[in-house]
Amino acid sequence: MAMTIHVDIVSAEEEIYSGTAEMVFAPAADGEVGILPRHAPLLTTLKPGEVRVKPADGGEEQFIYVSGGILEVQPHVVTILSDTAIRAKDLDEAAALEAKKRAEAALQEKAGEMELAEAARELAEAIAQLRTIQDMRKKKGL
Amino acid sequence: MAVGKEIRKKIKSIKNTQKITRAMEMVAASKMRKAQDRMFASRPYSEKIRNVISHLAHAHPEYKHPYLVAREQVKRVGFIVITTDRGLCGGLNANALKTAVAAMREWQEKKVEVDLCTIGQKGTSFLSRFGVNIVSTATHLGDAPLIADLIGTIKVMLDAYTEGRIDRLFLVSSEFVNTMTQRPRVDQLLPIAAEEPAEELKHHWDYIYEPEAKPVLDQLLTRYVESLVYQGVVENVACEQAARMVAMKAASDNAGTLIDDLQLAYNKARQAAITQEISEIVAGAAAV
Repeated sequence: MAMTIHVDIVSAEEEIYSGTAEMVFAPAADGEVGILPRHAPLLTTLKPGEVRVKPADGGEEQFIYVSGGILEVQPHVVTILSDTAIRAKDLDEAAALEAKKRAEAALQEKAGEMELAEAARELAEAIAQLRTIQDMRKKKGL
Repeated sequence: MAVGKEIRKKIKSIKNTQKITRAMEMVAASKMRKAQDRMFASRPYSEKIRNVISHLAHAHPEYKHPYLVAREQVKRVGFIVITTDRGLCGGLNANALKTAVAAMREWQEKKVEVDLCTIGQKGTSFLSRFGVNIVSTATHLGDAPLIADLIGTIKVMLDAYTEGRIDRLFLVSSEFVNTMTQRPRVDQLLPIAAEEPAEELKHHWDYIYEPEAKPVLDQLLTRYVESLVYQGVVENVACEQAARMVAMKAASDNAGTLIDDLQLAYNKARQAAITQEISEIVAGAAAV
């Protein structure tokens, strides 16, 4: 029987593929790699591209698109941790800046929001008092 | 007959409230199913990446990544606190925030300063009043949060750790035990505490890194932290829906008992009015 290797392809949001294969091709950072069973332990980043899996049962070759990620190879297991988002250093940086800005905005809003909440509470109290007074008047009038 | 007009009005208003709470309960129930599915769907990734990390911790890389090395002295710690965007979900946010505040107090008593990252509107508005330093925020992630929306928020904290501004990073989130129970918990994200690897891996070995150890590990460990936070966020959505469902069910039940009581009071008042009227008529007829 031909040697096989177990393949797991997962992304943070879901499991994409799991099964045994004869061979796996993946778009590694330094060029495409082909992984056969009993490959040496390898850890590499992936470029956006196509992962090809040749299933062990001789079925049709599977094509799976990944937008980058990480490939881990153990002698009998290949794990591909696929990214779901398009990642680039500048994009990540921009996202981080945005998160910081949101925090600052939230802190500044504090005063405004507090005042608003306070005012709403006072208003509710005033309305309740008015209503009680009206009710009392009505009862007296009856 | 104008008997018990106030009571009737009140019953009607409670019935309207009950309609709303019942609708919210049903919406939360159906959303909870989906949120749970999402929670389970994201599990394989965090399991797989945890495996890789535990392999890695036992390999002998020539390069030790800062995320894996614990620092002796702790001057400042970071917290990532996950809460919901909306309220009406029982004690879920209150419990998570109480746990977060208790954990932060503990550090503050040791004269360690705290940096905060909040995910979710509730935690943001509560903790901004609490007087700690909030460095990043993410809100309005919706029912199906995307990891892309979290990257920036987490990166602020990771950068702070890399640059030495914080020496530990913790995650406060709600754990989905079952529909009735959600438990707040605090986990340490950085430095990464790796699990004991399997026995057969205990000989000396290392990965081949392509292109080099540093960028590969950078990416891997960043993804690991992100996946943990993402898992927390997805779990929090499931918790939110479950908690809301239970809270709204309780509210609907309470509205029901309130209506029953009021109905009884109304009937009594009506009966008393009728009795009085009859006795007045009888008394009037007797007088004639």
